[in-house]
Amino acid sequence: MLRGWELSAGDLEALALGAAILGTGGGGNPYIGRLRATQLLKAGFRIRVLPFDQLEDADLVVAVGGIGAPVVGIEKFEKGDECYQAMRAVERFSGKPVTALISSEIGGSNAIEPLIAAAYAGLPVVDADGMGRAFPEVQMCTYLIYGLPGAPAALADEKGNIAILSSVADEYWLEKLARTAAVDMGATAGFALAPMRGSDLKRTAVPHTLSLALKLGRLVLQARSRHLDPVSQVAGETGAQLLFEGKIQDVSRRVVKGFARGRVEIDGLRDFQRSRLTVDIQNENLVARRDGEVIASVPDLIMILDLETGEPITTELLRFGFRVAVLGLAAPEQLRTARALEVVGPRAFGYDLPYRPLGGGGWYAEH
Amino acid sequence: MRLRVGIDVGGTNTDAVLMSDRELVASFKTPTTEDVTSGVVTALGGVLGGAGGLGSGVAAVMIGTTHFTNAVVQRRDLAPTAILRLGLPATQSLPPMVDWPDDLREASGNHSYLAKGGLEFDGRPISPIDPAELRAIARDIAARGLENVAVSAVFSPIKPEAELDAIEILREVLPEARYTASCQIGRTGLLERENAAILNASLRVLGGRIVGAFRQALADFGLQAPLYFTQNDGTLMSAEYVERFPVLTIASGPTNSMRGAAFLSGLKEAIVVDIGGTTSDIGALHYGFPREASVAVEVGGVRTNFRMPDILSIGLGGGSVVSEQPFGIGPRSVGFRLSQEALVFGGRTLTATDLVVAGGLAAVGERERVRHLPADLVEKGLGWIQEHLSASVEKVLLSPEPIPVIVVGGGSILAKDAIAGLPVIRPAHYQVANAVGAAIAQVSGETDRVYALSDLPRERALEEARFLATQAAVDAGADPATVEIVDVEDVPLAYLPGNATRIRVKAVGEVQLA
Amino acid sequence: MRNIELADLEDIALGAAVLGAGGGGDPYVGKLMAQAALRAGGPVALIGADEVGDEDLVVPVAMMGAPTVMVEKLPSGFEVMQAFGALQAYLGRSVRAVMSMEIGGLNSTIPIAVAAHEGLPLVDADGMGRAFPELQMVTPTLHGVKATPMAICDEKGNAALLETIDNHWTERLARSMTVDMGGAAMIALYPMLGKQLRPSVVRGSISLAQQVGRAIRSARVERRDPVAGLLGACPGALLFEGKIQDVSRQTDGAFVRGRVRLEGIHASRGRDFQIEFQNENLVALCGGEPVACVPDLISTLDLETAEPITTERLRYGLRVAVVGLPADPQWTSPAGLELVGPERFGYRFPYRPVRELLPASGRA
Repeated sequence: MLRGWELSAGDLEALALGAAILGTGGGGNPYIGRLRATQLLKAGFRIRVLPFDQLEDADLVVAVGGIGAPVVGIEKFEKGDECYQAMRAVERFSGKPVTALISSEIGGSNAIEPLIAAAYAGLPVVDADGMGRAFPEVQMCTYLIYGLPGAPAALADEKGNIAILSSVADEYWLEKLARTAAVDMGATAGFALAPMRGSDLKRTAVPHTLSLALKLGRLVLQARSRHLDPVSQVAGETGAQLLFEGKIQDVSRRVVKGFARGRVEIDGLRDFQRSRLTVDIQNENLVARRDGEVIASVPDLIMILDLETGEPITTELLRFGFRVAVLGLAAPEQLRTARALEVVGPRAFGYDLPYRPLGGGGWYAEH
Repeated sequence: MRLRVGIDVGGTNTDAVLMSDRELVASFKTPTTEDVTSGVVTALGGVLGGAGGLGSGVAAVMIGTTHFTNAVVQRRDLAPTAILRLGLPATQSLPPMVDWPDDLREASGNHSYLAKGGLEFDGRPISPIDPAELRAIARDIAARGLENVAVSAVFSPIKPEAELDAIEILREVLPEARYTASCQIGRTGLLERENAAILNASLRVLGGRIVGAFRQALADFGLQAPLYFTQNDGTLMSAEYVERFPVLTIASGPTNSMRGAAFLSGLKEAIVVDIGGTTSDIGALHYGFPREASVAVEVGGVRTNFRMPDILSIGLGGGSVVSEQPFGIGPRSVGFRLSQEALVFGGRTLTATDLVVAGGLAAVGERERVRHLPADLVEKGLGWIQEHLSASVEKVLLSPEPIPVIVVGGGSILAKDAIAGLPVIRPAHYQVANAVGAAIAQVSGETDRVYALSDLPRERALEEARFLATQAAVDAGADPATVEIVDVEDVPLAYLPGNATRIRVKAVGEVQLA
Repeated sequence: MRNIELADLEDIALGAAVLGAGGGGDPYVGKLMAQAALRAGGPVALIGADEVGDEDLVVPVAMMGAPTVMVEKLPSGFEVMQAFGALQAYLGRSVRAVMSMEIGGLNSTIPIAVAAHEGLPLVDADGMGRAFPELQMVTPTLHGVKATPMAICDEKGNAALLETIDNHWTERLARSMTVDMGGAAMIALYPMLGKQLRPSVVRGSISLAQQVGRAIRSARVERRDPVAGLLGACPGALLFEGKIQDVSRQTDGAFVRGRVRLEGIHASRGRDFQIEFQNENLVALCGGEPVACVPDLISTLDLETAEPITTERLRYGLRVAVVGLPADPQWTSPAGLELVGPERFGYRFPYRPVRELLPASGRA
């Protein structure tokens, strides 16, 4: 019996756009992934999405995604089945058949990777993820934060090499060992985490995020074609607050310990004139300060969109002169607990700040 | 006397200028013709005064042409092409031309091959090249009767041998074919670089023909001078080079006009606004060169990563149509029919030009014909134009430093004396800025590589990159004494070991004239 | 078949250090681990390669990484059992015997500890007949035996299983993981059936190590020249006797490269002699000319006691004898030389067998 609903080629464009918005500046460009998924649909493969409420306790679900450096992905793109092979490796190792796939990170390119693996496997993708946004490291997903084992995890490259991380001291070691193996494999690899039971996912996953990305992408595309304001459409759908509108005055960057660390300064326009917003950026937008005062920080989502087109602007593309809207969206509840904040709060990214949660509800609070 | 002729073949007009060293001696404008070359002959006649005139003193002819852009956009004159990509087992999820419009893919024949080869990000081979595999592919290419071959390899910008070694093997079977290696054309970004290589391969037959036609046009004039073409970054290529890399001429027009604006105004740091009949192109000059686009640029529906100027095009020009309910100007335009359709010329369409004349900002046509326009409409319209030009200029500003705005092009009357609070400069000869840009074009060389700064100190890496860029400029025909570094960019790459940094350096120099 | 008893370990460890050719790590830690295991689990049966059944599964175990790390960060002792157990579980069938992959240095004795712990016999063989720096540099590679599935474990509880397309990829992935794991890890790899093992391994390695160790030890006891005693116990030649004048080292990626310069004494007086090493001694040069090179073994021994001196312990003023021992014939085949010959280590000259170079010199 086929479960769930089928994704069309048209959905992929919207999904990629919506995923980039949820990427909050990071997560990698979904362009290559979308092209690959589109190719698979043309070749007759099917991609099905399993609604979160149809997930069964007994389901065995594997989270897959690409691991490596985004800059390599534009040159050496995938053979195609890397994530699928990684998923099969953990399945073989655990000895139990996998019944569905899921994304760890709905923000950016890893929204698409599970769809591709699912097309190969003939399995559905659960409408949920482990972040509701993008984060730079493996341990920053709700599955691992709430104690689901990451191992046995597996990496697979295009050549046929497979590394199974059969046990790890903790989830930071999982990140470290997986990252090292991925670099050896050419800084691109498919990655699969240990199979998770449906009952555990109901407890830990951020539900309905695939639908959310799809919806956001559709809204922006429609707003553009109907000459509506895409930014207010995104804000309206998600309940995100308009934190700022302005023009980028300065962007500074450097790399510290493998992470692009920088700061963008935005001078206010319209209702925000004579005010300045600074956003600290690493791979994602992390902390927003208005006139020196912190108004939003990780894990809440800080989304920087082109003021006119609503196009999400990734951290590496930020530059002087862009007119942008900055939206703030309260993170999923699973990322706001004391336990989660140790892993994804401001201090986890090296900012000596207490987390000041964005108020005002929003999409995640309501779903 | 060192005379140079600059010619710009645009969509509407073919412009020519004659320059003596740094001085403009003559200029001429003539409509672009269907065959293009006959318009060029007319323009040459216009500035040189016919055969036997000043022709013997001309040291070089520089041409900016839209031939190749048009061939791609209109899908004509494209030769069937084989594309070989080296990178298996990687990359097979996205075969060559995967994201091309169907009609263009068909126009170039859609013959693609994947083979083992290519590199990892650190220069290790993904898999070794298999000569037997490549020979079999070459035999298949021969069997299909293809004579143009594009070759791409993963991470070939790091090590060109990844492609060149494969071409040597293909050549054993196909000695007569014309080869294009992607590493000679583009930078990191496999799909985009490969796209450019395929377009180039399919344009090479046309390239030979066009260069031949221009040579003939010069010969008809008794001109012995060497022939150069401008490429999309505003620098020159020899005619021989264009025959091999015609694709590099694509989109040289906006670059020429920005370079011309820099020359005519004497400014190196400025914003250039080129206002035409239908659109305005706005870009930033940095060190006298247009700032390059950092994102993918589409040509005829194909993503490329050419060295293109970062141009913001807005649908606002002299011929833009004004609509009152709801209020707006453009993007619809009367275009080249402005002199018939605008109110000031006795036409029936309210255009941006009419608003400017009604506002008393310029004297074009008959002002009487727009006297009836309500003052608040004129004011609203002029305000709208000013606001849109200002917003666009702000978008392309490189820094908060106040720099001047140079306005060129036929629609220049739309601009006031200040845009976005910045002073506006209208240099002499602003109507032929693009031909001037071609005439003064220089020769460039570039390098774009990833360095592991853990192995090589940053200073040493930069030094090496500067040397490679200078060398490339000299190889391309620059006078070594004049070569200078115009751009250095180093971007640290996240998630890679060894403090990996991508360093791009560009050098330019004056063309070495015989 | 015979047993390895506690009393045999001294000789095996000493001989293994000589066969380490300057590398492979000090067998001391491995010997201690083996002693503890033999005390707990009783003697280990040593079986010849011919005694392994065609379909019997044999799993070699080893330490991977920098021996200098291991002497400081002592293994917990469980890692290697975990690596063995993880691979056995992954293969889904019972292992019938344990083996050493590298007789030179501490990887000679670690398999004894595993065999004792698991109650399995040890095969009297190895994959090198000496020590080499990389895991694909074993004779089974020449016969198409795959290093994977391979298990790698550290003391923190991290464990991984690798399946790679060739043995060079195994080396690459395992090497970086080893660095992550703190510079040293325990591995189980090259699972082989008896029918794969017999034609591909270097036979009799454990016995050879024991024989070499015993010869040195008895010469010491009987107050004979231990270096001569060693050369009487196995084929080999005395290359040089001298005093160390200079040692230079540099770290090159994961490995240490260096050079030692000697001043001749006794019969070697007046000659200029150098050894270049990368973990192991690679080339011996006399007057700038190579007199011995990989894959032949070049070992530096204390001139008086014949105690082998590993490359990390070379220092100014030591008086040493340099001996050259011929490599296993599998290594001197064209395929063998491609994998471990001088050119593989960056030298331009071809392999020249040590035996031909110095046919009759030395005290042997």
